[in-house]
Amino acid sequence: MQKLLLLGDEAIAQAALDAGLSGIYAYPGTPSTEITEFVQNSKFASEHNIHSKWSANEKTAMESALGMSYAGKRAMVCMKHVGLNVAADPFINSAITGTNGGLIVVAADDPSMHSSQNEQDSRFFGKFALVPILEPANQQEAYDMVHYGFNFSEKYKIPVMLRITTRLAHSRSGVARKPEVKNQNELKMPTDLRQFVLLPSIAKKRYKNLLKAHSTFITESEASPFNKYIDGPDKSMGIIVCGIAYNYLMENFPDRIVPYPVLKIGQYPMPRSLVEKIADECEQILILEDGYPVVEELLKGYLGRGLKVKGRLDGTLPHDGELNPNLVAVALGKEDTYGLPVPELVVGRPPSLCSGCPHIDSYYALSETLIQLSNGRVFSDIGCYTLGALKPYEAINSCVDMGASITMAKGAADAGLIPAVAVIGDSTFTHSGMTGLLDAVNGKSPITVMILDNGTTAMTGGQDSPAFGKIEDICKGLGVEESHIRILKPLKKYHAENVEIIKEELAYPGVSVIIPRRECIVSIDKRMREKFKKSNSTN
Amino acid sequence: MKKDIILAGVGGQGIISIASIIGYAALDLGMFLKQSEVHGMSQRGGDVMSNLRISHNEIASDLIPFGQADMIISIEPLEALRYLPYLSGEGWVITNIRPFNNITNYPEIGKIMDEIGKVPHHIALDADTTAKEAGSTKATNIVMLGAASPFLGIAYEKLEDAIRYTFRNKGDSIIDLNLTALKAGRDFTEKNK
Repeated sequence: MQKLLLLGDEAIAQAALDAGLSGIYAYPGTPSTEITEFVQNSKFASEHNIHSKWSANEKTAMESALGMSYAGKRAMVCMKHVGLNVAADPFINSAITGTNGGLIVVAADDPSMHSSQNEQDSRFFGKFALVPILEPANQQEAYDMVHYGFNFSEKYKIPVMLRITTRLAHSRSGVARKPEVKNQNELKMPTDLRQFVLLPSIAKKRYKNLLKAHSTFITESEASPFNKYIDGPDKSMGIIVCGIAYNYLMENFPDRIVPYPVLKIGQYPMPRSLVEKIADECEQILILEDGYPVVEELLKGYLGRGLKVKGRLDGTLPHDGELNPNLVAVALGKEDTYGLPVPELVVGRPPSLCSGCPHIDSYYALSETLIQLSNGRVFSDIGCYTLGALKPYEAINSCVDMGASITMAKGAADAGLIPAVAVIGDSTFTHSGMTGLLDAVNGKSPITVMILDNGTTAMTGGQDSPAFGKIEDICKGLGVEESHIRILKPLKKYHAENVEIIKEELAYPGVSVIIPRRECIVSIDKRMREKFKKSNSTN
Repeated sequence: MKKDIILAGVGGQGIISIASIIGYAALDLGMFLKQSEVHGMSQRGGDVMSNLRISHNEIASDLIPFGQADMIISIEPLEALRYLPYLSGEGWVITNIRPFNNITNYPEIGKIMDEIGKVPHHIALDADTTAKEAGSTKATNIVMLGAASPFLGIAYEKLEDAIRYTFRNKGDSIIDLNLTALKAGRDFTEKNK
């Protein structure tokens, strides 16, 4: 079969479809978004009734995927690394309940924070939950690991984590598909109908089973096709290399022959016998891993008195940021290469709100309203509107995690910062803002919540917003007084009017919600182009 | 044959299209390919770059090492300079000279051109105007591809085929426009390299 040119994300989605997937669950988040979008755009998926609609957040996605697994079918749930924090509760507990149908949890990490607030390493979470982790080095492995992961998950009734990084997610390469497409599983209940009931008495037993299974997982890792011991004649150093870092290692050897023994890791828990072998044979170990020094810490131990281990902790490699071929060259003691220096006149070109973006008008109105008050009272959130922190707006003072705008404003108001303002997007509001708003209503907190409603999940590329058409009803239902739910149109021509409305609500000593509503300029453009395409094709 | 190419520009300028056209031609020739893209936040008017690697042998890294790129193709002059650390000693910079000015502190264009002039091997052309003459400024990226085409190690006809394939659903007039843009870019380089 001819190879397909696929992004890492797309390879994962294609593999899931080929492996008998019944449903994919996710909330958009860079760099994981394209996995779900691939299934959404797949004709095969719609013909075979494969679920792919966006979830409200990663927690609901994880739980729905677990429910599908309960019913005996294969499910995949995808998220960016920080999304796994949101889904942590069901994720950790899914290791204790175990699965029925195969369940793969894709966690897409973002070392170097290309589009994120931190660069946490999901392998910690996998280890924490005691689930096996697969980490591909390339797009083909990503494809193969999905098949392997579903089989593993069904064999041991355990969720399997597939950990990728931005570089793999958003890099394209040739992928060979398996010749056969697996049928979806039949609906099949768990043999033990109390398997998923985590009452302490049951959970204790299941946790013991999980601990027992761990040694089996290590044995599996030792025999895994994704963990390879490649011998080399020079035992002065051994190299343990995880996931995509393998590519950077090989880049430094044009003939692809490394003189040192190499242990290539693609499946965790770590394969103990192979680690013992490389440690016994080599004088020191260099660890190459993208993300946190997870394996390095494991091998080095707290006191570092055992093995001689080099990596991110001893400065052989930087402690933070993404690896690349040059960093690995230096770690190997090879000569570094560098082109011409960047001329001094080159300035940064940070991302910015699009020309015509509704958030611009919202921010100008808000900032004008606040001009009389002291600075620093606008708590914001995760989305395009976070760019309001940059010049020329400089309109917001926080961006922490999904939904934190409302709750941080509440806390600040509780402390006496009145008025405090929260700025949150429509889909971030239904992701994690609603419960915080309920807290504020119950506490009668004097906060003004601006829900910037552009009708889409804009930052990740304009996915359907789960909040669409529901915001006022949600606010009313949570107990916000109807007279303090104000809708305005963020346009220059309504600026004075909008400033007045915001002023009125800032003066109100309770919870008010202002909804500046205007469609995202990029999504209008996309919609018009699709409409044009459709009218052309029907003519 | 192996070519490591840095594609540079500002979000929305069409560098991914250049990558996919070269990619199609390379795959058609049975070559290996790796192409790393930028998605997410940077696409909102920020600087974007893509690493495109094509080779007759299997490729290891998704990222091109610093100092080893065979060329930088940039749709914007300031962006061409940002990635100079990637360029090899023998490498070419092929850049559009028309600035995309969406920042308040954009440097003086004359000074940018001076810096581009210091790169030993460079091609600098007004791809916007060339594209307009070919039929549409939307084909600016294709003009740049044409300007880079003599250095790609891929037969020109293969690039033409890739353009026909890429725009196959857009109609003959769009295909012709892009083929004209490709040719105009190539002609510039042939005359000026």
